[in-house]
Amino acid sequence: MAAVAQKTLADLQTGQRCILDRLDLPEGVARRLMELGFLPGNEVIPGRRAPGGGPRVFQVDGSEVALREDTAARLYIRRDPESDLIVLS
Amino acid sequence: MSGCHGDSPRASLLPNPSIPPPRAAGDRPIIVAIVGPPNSGKSTLFNRLTGLRQKVANFPGVTVEHRMGKAKLKGHQEVFLVDLPGVYSLHPRAEDEQVTHDVLTGERADFPKPDAVILILDVTNLGRNLVLAAPILSLGLPTQVLLNMADDLSARGGKVDVAALSAELNSPVALISASKGTGIDRIQQFLLGTAARLNAPPARIELPVLHDIPKCRQWAANLGVRASYRAPAPPLWTRSLDGVFLHPIAGPLVFAAVVIAVFQSIFSWAQPIMDGLQQAVASSGQWLNQTLPDSPWRSLLVDGIWSGVGSVVVFLPQILLLFLFIGILEDSGYLARAALIADRTMAKFGLQGKSFIPLLSAYACAVPAIMATRVIENKRDRMATIMISPLMTCSARLPIYTLLIAAFIPNIPVIGGFLSLPAAVMLGLYILGFLTAIAVARLLKSSILKSTGSSFMLEMPPYRWPTLQSLGLRLLDRAKVFLRRVGTVILLVAIVLWILAHLPYSHGQAPDLEQSFAGMTGKAIEPLIKPLGFNWKIGIGLITSLAAREVIVGTLGTIYGIQGDEQSKGLQAAIHQDLSVAGAVALLVFFAFAMQCFSTLAVVKRETGGWRWPLFQFSYMLALAYSGSWLAFHVTRYFLG
Repeated sequence: MAAVAQKTLADLQTGQRCILDRLDLPEGVARRLMELGFLPGNEVIPGRRAPGGGPRVFQVDGSEVALREDTAARLYIRRDPESDLIVLS
Repeated sequence: MSGCHGDSPRASLLPNPSIPPPRAAGDRPIIVAIVGPPNSGKSTLFNRLTGLRQKVANFPGVTVEHRMGKAKLKGHQEVFLVDLPGVYSLHPRAEDEQVTHDVLTGERADFPKPDAVILILDVTNLGRNLVLAAPILSLGLPTQVLLNMADDLSARGGKVDVAALSAELNSPVALISASKGTGIDRIQQFLLGTAARLNAPPARIELPVLHDIPKCRQWAANLGVRASYRAPAPPLWTRSLDGVFLHPIAGPLVFAAVVIAVFQSIFSWAQPIMDGLQQAVASSGQWLNQTLPDSPWRSLLVDGIWSGVGSVVVFLPQILLLFLFIGILEDSGYLARAALIADRTMAKFGLQGKSFIPLLSAYACAVPAIMATRVIENKRDRMATIMISPLMTCSARLPIYTLLIAAFIPNIPVIGGFLSLPAAVMLGLYILGFLTAIAVARLLKSSILKSTGSSFMLEMPPYRWPTLQSLGLRLLDRAKVFLRRVGTVILLVAIVLWILAHLPYSHGQAPDLEQSFAGMTGKAIEPLIKPLGFNWKIGIGLITSLAAREVIVGTLGTIYGIQGDEQSKGLQAAIHQDLSVAGAVALLVFFAFAMQCFSTLAVVKRETGGWRWPLFQFSYMLALAYSGSWLAFHVTRYFLG
């Protein structure tokens, strides 16, 4: 398989569903995020961004949590089969 | 378990005292802790059960201090309830989690271990909320699980089998609505210990490894399945409201409109009530003056106390109105959105969106704001937020602001009639405080409080209607605090000031104010404050207002009362003889910057663990106040000729 950089929550369009794969953050921050629902395997839907490019609201595990862009960029998502096909072709 | 029941003979009879038995008088009272995640409605429930005052806010982690209250049960039993900070787990990371953890495990030396726990969860998101049940149940304390927001659940088409969940958790479970008051009788039953099964020793239930969050979440999900939990439909109202409040253009506009509306109404709505109160104070003072025989006591009562205390009391309506607006913003859930909007701007100044919440509540009072900074996990961010909180325009500044603005600023419309000039000046003072605060934050964060990038994560609670009960309790609490301060600090200052203004006696006569001890003190500092446009009478006010900002209004009331001007002309007119317009502007700026609040210094000392930070805060704010008002005095004088 071609080596492509794994995508993160920061790469997604509004409303584009994804499955969380792993959190690349210091233990304390990762723990709090997991408590808020950002668990590997959970579905995350990116939502509205604060006006002026501020933090973004994510729907996760039945609630809505706002994260800054730099945090979202450390949350890697699973490659879904379709995008893998595109990479291979 | 034995440690906390050791001295009770009944406890030893029970293998596991599942409900605290009623104890003989003189024993330690029964304590029940209320625990739950942020926004699960803990504080609302606490209010409901105790009727006591308690701050409720629709923002994660506002209840950073535990509050105690007494719940009266049927049959005149009493149980002490303690409202602990909202937590997602008992894994201590931030200070509020540490507090909850330590209280529940009995590790806090200053607080006895609770006898039972009420775990309150938001049933509209049961899966994630149930995760907290694992560490709580592992404590081995008798626990009642309350599923709050039952009304929301059914309105949005969700359901849960309470009996099945109760069997799974081996603890009593009840569906309630803390805001509507449904299901409260079940809590009474639990607290009374009448339910028979509570007296049976709780069998161990299987719990997941507590530190493994995915395992805990899986455990909670399985419980949900076995309790036939059906999650409610997403809160559509919240989504569509966010569509407006977080809209790239409409969002900031709504924010600005809300702020302007608050200022305009604080002025226009409170004015008639304040005028009425002022009239009442003035005419009752005159009546006292005519009724009582002429004596030093009459002078103390009428000129000292009545004028001093009376001139502060009239500001109560305005302060309550401000607290009402902040309460509505907090309880409705809008504040979390405001934090989101503010995050980017705050980041530019080295802070984060979470700092915005304490800063906004500092508009009411810096003391709770500084306690609310505990939600900020980054120590340096938190310290910077504490340092700048008192620059936000707190309600104690309203009396002097209102007095000076009403006395010196003409009431003409500005910005095409949107605002009156007095309201615009007031708004300007609020903006001045805010801009200075973030500038200081920027300085601190790029020097002594430098830190690497902090993370920002904030749960967005659904919008809710603020309840009348919650708002009412908040206002009642505030009115009590204000009146207590009027009845103690301000009354004391008025009496002491009156005495100092009537000594030393010479030839059996009280001296003129200028030759009195009070006058001499004012005269002594006059050279220092003359460059700011203040004379010795204002100087007396500056000294007394070191205790609390609003004291200056009382002091001026007493001074003019002694001179016999207050009753005849009113404070607004009387102050013209001692202040020019430029001096008034300088005084406004002085009060915008100076740290004249002993309560705030005390709470900063407590929160930072020493006098170093409060002293630094006092000094930098005094330096700002002095240079700022000097500048304001000279600039205004230059422009007004």
